[in-house]
Amino acid sequence: MSADTLALAYLVSAVLFIFGLKGLTSPATARRGNYAAILGMIIAVVATLASPEMASYGLIAVAVVIGAAIGIPLALKIKMTAMPQLVAMLHSFVGLAAVLVAIGTYLNREAAGAINTLLMFELAVGTVIGAITFTGSIVAFGKLQGLIGSAPLVFKGQHWLNLLIGLVIVALGADFVANHHFVSLVLLTLLSFALGVLLIVPIGGADMPVVISMLNSYSGWAAAATGFTLENKLLIVTGALVGFSGAILSYIMCRAMNRAFLSVIMGGFGVGEEAGGGSATADAAEKGVNTAGVEDAAYWMSEAETVIVVPGYGMAVAQAQHAVKELMEVLEQRGVGMKFAIHPVAGRMPGHMNVLLAEADIPYDQVFEMDEINPDFGSADVALVLGANDVTNPAAKEDPSSSIYGMPILEVSRARQIFVVKRSMRPGYAGVDNLLYYRPNCSLVFGDAKEVCEGLTAAVKAL
Amino acid sequence: MSEPIIALYVFVLACFVGYFVIWGVTPSLHTPLISLTNAISGIILVGALLVAGFESKSGAVGALGFLAVLLASINIFGGFVVTQRMLAMFKKKKK
Repeated sequence: MSADTLALAYLVSAVLFIFGLKGLTSPATARRGNYAAILGMIIAVVATLASPEMASYGLIAVAVVIGAAIGIPLALKIKMTAMPQLVAMLHSFVGLAAVLVAIGTYLNREAAGAINTLLMFELAVGTVIGAITFTGSIVAFGKLQGLIGSAPLVFKGQHWLNLLIGLVIVALGADFVANHHFVSLVLLTLLSFALGVLLIVPIGGADMPVVISMLNSYSGWAAAATGFTLENKLLIVTGALVGFSGAILSYIMCRAMNRAFLSVIMGGFGVGEEAGGGSATADAAEKGVNTAGVEDAAYWMSEAETVIVVPGYGMAVAQAQHAVKELMEVLEQRGVGMKFAIHPVAGRMPGHMNVLLAEADIPYDQVFEMDEINPDFGSADVALVLGANDVTNPAAKEDPSSSIYGMPILEVSRARQIFVVKRSMRPGYAGVDNLLYYRPNCSLVFGDAKEVCEGLTAAVKAL
Repeated sequence: MSEPIIALYVFVLACFVGYFVIWGVTPSLHTPLISLTNAISGIILVGALLVAGFESKSGAVGALGFLAVLLASINIFGGFVVTQRMLAMFKKKKK
């Protein structure tokens, strides 16, 4: 295969990747998009294998088969709630692969006497991004999987230490580019590994949607940098697409939390989650909020014309998706219109809640994004909040002194009657009291989301 | 135009394509978007293949290349399969 044919094959692949992403514009075209991307990948790999640059195949087939044997079962078995962990792990692989490719390329080219300053520079950049992606993703994986505490780890002089390491990395990179010292590349790699860890440890578990998006972006830039090193346009295009995808998602997540990207990166937000104590109902009475039993809530909902369910991460933790689906069925049989309202940061990664609801067979045309559903709350008879907190807090709109003021929220408080299913009175991750609970039209139903939903279903059936 | 400048052109233009395509993705599919971008960033496999298949490579480079091919393959197979699995769950209401 000639170099031009190879380049054309890569062009076809790049176009197929773009079609693949474009397919995600709607769930109706998404599967076709995924097939287009798969086809693009097959073309790219076959063309590369047939290219004159491939002098030997060695154990390549073995590596690919092992990769398939690990990757496919992993993808088939993973629980949808654990999707963020899987993604973090896969990001780390891209990062490490980028580092290995950079080092391997350097050694190959050096042996062949084909190195130049620009190549060295591109190699160094690719290695740094790849290495940070690798260890950063491993830390994110550890936090998501609960292997290490999800609370932010902050210590004095943290940012100065990161800055110092960053400067040393730049100095080592300069030395590598100017003097071709291989040892500098190795040290630079090791320090970048350390920097990846240090950059992610201060970020709290609840900021994970941003971290996942950010690492997604890094993995793309790592691929793009490798593309520059290898003068491979397909890697450059794909890297840029992925890099931008992650960057845009990071932006969307930050906007949905009303936080500056920089402040998320600096970390330290989101303190210990398990706090408080005492009986939930006693706490509630002390604070002057209404509480309701499952029967009351079931009665209200069965008489309603429209019910909007607001699921939050609490619902996913309680594994309540399927119980919610059953509740939806019994209510729909009684002619109640059911809708679901999703805040952009519900769940632990962008779009996570949509996948969890889809898994429970809740049709996607009954699931709405924040901007679509907010106008409907005013005409909803009942809003049922399941494990969501800060994203429903009217303080974000009404109280300029609140730390969440300005955050876009689901305007749950405009519904005629609100039921909030909660385990206790403790505040959400922002640590702010939810003004919603003190509204006269709001009642709290205490209990685990799954048990309450099952109770509601039984109560509706008994009516 | 020298090769690195062409590469830069391609990169910058691809960034614009990425910007517009990604803003068009529906928020309900943001998780599949991440897993799909994950799968296609497995394209680093191409780089790994070139390292592993280089003519005059040493044994150590062969090992690096092998590991890189393995990691990229896990990404590609895992990423596409899990994306497919998720997308299959998104269903419309039965009329």
